Amino acid sequence: MPKRKAFINKNICVACGCCLKVCPKNAIEIFKGIYAQTHDDKCVGCGLCAKSCPADAIELTKN
Amino acid sequence: MKKKFMWYDYLWILSALYLILGFFNILFAWLGLLCFFIPLIISIVRGNKSYCNKYCGRGQLFSLLGNKCKLSMNKPLPNFIKSKWFRYGFLAFFMIMFFIMIFNTYLVFSGASDLKEAVTLLWTFKVPWDFAYTAGTVTPWIAQFAFGFYSIMLTSTLLGIITMIFFKPRAWCVYCPMGTMTQLICKAKAGTSKE
Repeated sequence: MPKRKAFINKNICVACGCCLKVCPKNAIEIFKGIYAQTHDDKCVGCGLCAKSCPADAIELTKN
Repeated sequence: MKKKFMWYDYLWILSALYLILGFFNILFAWLGLLCFFIPLIISIVRGNKSYCNKYCGRGQLFSLLGNKCKLSMNKPLPNFIKSKWFRYGFLAFFMIMFFIMIFNTYLVFSGASDLKEAVTLLWTFKVPWDFAYTAGTVTPWIAQFAFGFYSIMLTSTLLGIITMIFFKPRAWCVYCPMGTMTQLICKAKAGTSKE
C-alpha cells in the first residue's frame, strides 16, 4: 500500500510555522523563512500539519 | 511524542497582558513596537521567520483560543484571502494606515491638532479611551502615538479573533502584515533565483 506523505504548496505557504509545532516527527522545517519543507523520510503522513495549516497549503498525497 | 515546552511557548501571556494594560494606561502601547521591530530585525539579520515560528505571542494566543479552548470552527479560509494580491494588498493598506497614524502624531507634535483620547477600531469607529490616560502625564504627541498604535494592535487582534473563530485558529497568520513583510524580506535575502 502506498504511504501518504505531506506535500506543501510553496506558493501559498506563508511560513508561519504552525505545521512545525504540531509535527510529531519533527519532519518539517521552514526553508529560509520562505516556505515549509518536509523530510519525506521522516514524514509518517499523520496529517496533523495539514489540519493546522491556516493557508491550507498542505495536502496528503500517495506516492 | 509530546513536545517539550520552551520558555517562548509562554509569550502569549505577554500578548494578552499587552492588550489588558492598554485598558489601564495607554502609554503601555509603546511596548507594542517590540512586535514590530523584533520580527523585522530577525528577518533582516538572520533571514528567517523564527519570530512567527517560535516567538509570536499573538499566534500562540490564537492557537490557544482556537485549539485548546475550542473556539475555532476550523474551516478553510476563502481562497481570495490566501491569494498573493490580498496579502500584499492588506500589507499596503496596513502601511498606509500606519503612516496616517504617524502623520496624526506629527500633527499633535507640531501643535496643528490636539490630542484625541480615543482608540479607533477597524480604522472607523472612534471609541473614547480617556479612562486610560490622565491628561498632561506626558508630552501630547507621545500619548497620541500610544492611542494610535494601540488602535492598530487592538484592530488587528480583533480581526485575528474573528478569523480565528470562523476559520482556522491562526488564520490571521495568512494575512498578518508583519508575516507578509518578513517573508518578503526573507525572499529578497535568499535571492529569487534560488529554489
